[in-house]
Amino acid sequence: MSGVRMEEVVKRYGDVQVIHGIDLEIADGEFCVFVGPSGCGKSTLLRMVAGLEDTTEGAMHIGGREVTRLDPAERGVAMVFQTYALYPHMTVRENMTFGLRMNGHPKSEIAEKVAEATRILKLEDYLDRKPAALSGGQRQRVSIGRAIVRGPEVFLFDEPLSNLDAELRVEMRVEIARLHKDIGATMIYVTHDQVEAMTLADKIVVLRAGRIEQVGAPLDLYRDPDNRFVAGFIGSPAMNFVTGVVQDGAVDVPALGGTVSPQVELPAEGTEVIIGLRPEHAKIDPNGTTLTVEITEALGGISYAYLTSSAGEKLIIEERGEISSALGDTVSRTFEPHHLYVFDKDSETRIR
Amino acid sequence: MSPLVQGAITIFVGVFGCVGYFYAANLLLDKVIYPAKGPNIGRNINRANAIRPWLFLLPAILALSIYLVYPVIGSLIRSMYNRAGNEFIGLGNYTSLAGDPEFQTALINNALWALVVPAAATFFGLVVAQLTDRLSWGNIAKSLIFMPMAISFVGASLIWKFVYAGDPDIGIINAIRDGMGLDPLDPLQLPFWNNFFLMVILVWIQTGFAMVILSAALRGVPEDTIEAAIIDGAGPFRVFFRIKVPQIMGTIVVVWTTITILVLKVFDIVYTMTGGNFGTEILPSYMMSFMFRDDGRATAVAVVIMIVVLPVMIWNIRQAQKEMR
Repeated sequence: MSGVRMEEVVKRYGDVQVIHGIDLEIADGEFCVFVGPSGCGKSTLLRMVAGLEDTTEGAMHIGGREVTRLDPAERGVAMVFQTYALYPHMTVRENMTFGLRMNGHPKSEIAEKVAEATRILKLEDYLDRKPAALSGGQRQRVSIGRAIVRGPEVFLFDEPLSNLDAELRVEMRVEIARLHKDIGATMIYVTHDQVEAMTLADKIVVLRAGRIEQVGAPLDLYRDPDNRFVAGFIGSPAMNFVTGVVQDGAVDVPALGGTVSPQVELPAEGTEVIIGLRPEHAKIDPNGTTLTVEITEALGGISYAYLTSSAGEKLIIEERGEISSALGDTVSRTFEPHHLYVFDKDSETRIR
Repeated sequence: MSPLVQGAITIFVGVFGCVGYFYAANLLLDKVIYPAKGPNIGRNINRANAIRPWLFLLPAILALSIYLVYPVIGSLIRSMYNRAGNEFIGLGNYTSLAGDPEFQTALINNALWALVVPAAATFFGLVVAQLTDRLSWGNIAKSLIFMPMAISFVGASLIWKFVYAGDPDIGIINAIRDGMGLDPLDPLQLPFWNNFFLMVILVWIQTGFAMVILSAALRGVPEDTIEAAIIDGAGPFRVFFRIKVPQIMGTIVVVWTTITILVLKVFDIVYTMTGGNFGTEILPSYMMSFMFRDDGRATAVAVVIMIVVLPVMIWNIRQAQKEMR
């Protein structure tokens, strides 16, 4: 039993409040990802779990123990930093065993744990090297190894892949997923990369300005976002948003070339709403007249078309294969009504 | 001509002479010797670029040769001549030095200075740098500790003469002894220990230097490694000694050796405080005692000092270069 529970957790720096009362339950063995734009408080929240930042108000529990006022070392957590945070003057082996040596574990036990961690991470050949002699990916593996060796109840990852190049990032992402399957420990992972969030998480926590916007499984957030922010944040390219007005039980959307009938309980006549449509859920109709093609990008397997309406609203459409329409063509697009999302214009909450 | 005008002219001639030299030499190289035109243009540019650094270094090399290399060689030669400088006596000055108990005392004392002062100044500097880092009034404390750096050795010695003064109304040490009902004594006449009382002065001066450099180095230690160590369960002492100090070891060595070199050259403190009496002689003050009386022996001591400083200096430069990489 080593889940994490936060009760009304608040963080203030002087008068500035950055975390506004967060309630969150992370189950034992769950892979939980905090995502959000920079400055949303996701790293601060992680550091509060680690104990590197004090919790101003509220309570933090790890494995059924209240740890709110405990030192980081007493919380049973291990952390992997974006910059790896390896001790540059120690070899890989010394880096990994530092924590155990600090806490006076017997040598045989330390050797055993290092052997296991090096086997999991394939670090056997590097044990006696210093971090400076390792590549970025190897350094991050050592950093993860250092976390494994401590045998923590909860692993904390603070944007661990941000300093790696694109190729290594994919490789390490798979490795972290495998690690979670092997060890089965609770993991909390902070990232601004939604691909990492979608592929790794059992549960995603979307944060904005120190508040939770939505919590859920990756595909639930994709299919069923609670509000415009989550809808726009999850999915790539981001969801298109255009304005419309409720009229005769349907919605008049100029950018989509007329009325559409989303399958939701529409608000009163004349109310302005925001209609969301994912790029991958629409197709280009070359015979249309409502939208102008600004740019097309062909990526081989898929292509993107950037369209503008006469009112200046911008839309992106994703298509398989290539897009035949050329620059400056006027087109419209076709879609299924059940792919439309409707949001309140002011509160930006989803209308279902 | 008033000295003020003379000075101004000297500065003017010096500065513009330098600028003129660099400009003219460069022009000569590029336009006359290897012009960037004609059939060999590529070769000419390459050659000009190969020569240019030497052209610019020439004044410095000349100045160093005249004022540094020549005196070193001159001293080596002079140290082989007798007192009057008219008779070659080989290593005679050196053998008589080796036989002089005063010289042996100076050598041993100097070794003590070279061990104690850099160690103490670096240690205190490190501790102060760490302790003042997180304090709101840390910068004021640092300024106060740095201040002795701005005082000349002679000035500092005069200040400490008061501290060590025999009169309980002036000297703090004797004031304390007086308060405890003890008789006043002169700390500078206590055999052996008086050396340490003199070293205190240099430590007092140099701690500020060590503190400033090490404080900057400590700030350069990545915060992440400290946080990782805290999560790993290291307390403040272990974080300091096992994470921070090893990461700034290169800087510590540079500070240490820089102070060592300074220590091996310092003579003002001993000269002002005791004049080398009461067994406090060190090599530079010992050398001073021969100056103008027996230049042969004085230069021999100077050569000995140079030989002692040289390895420390080489190590210092190596470390500093390693730091820069």
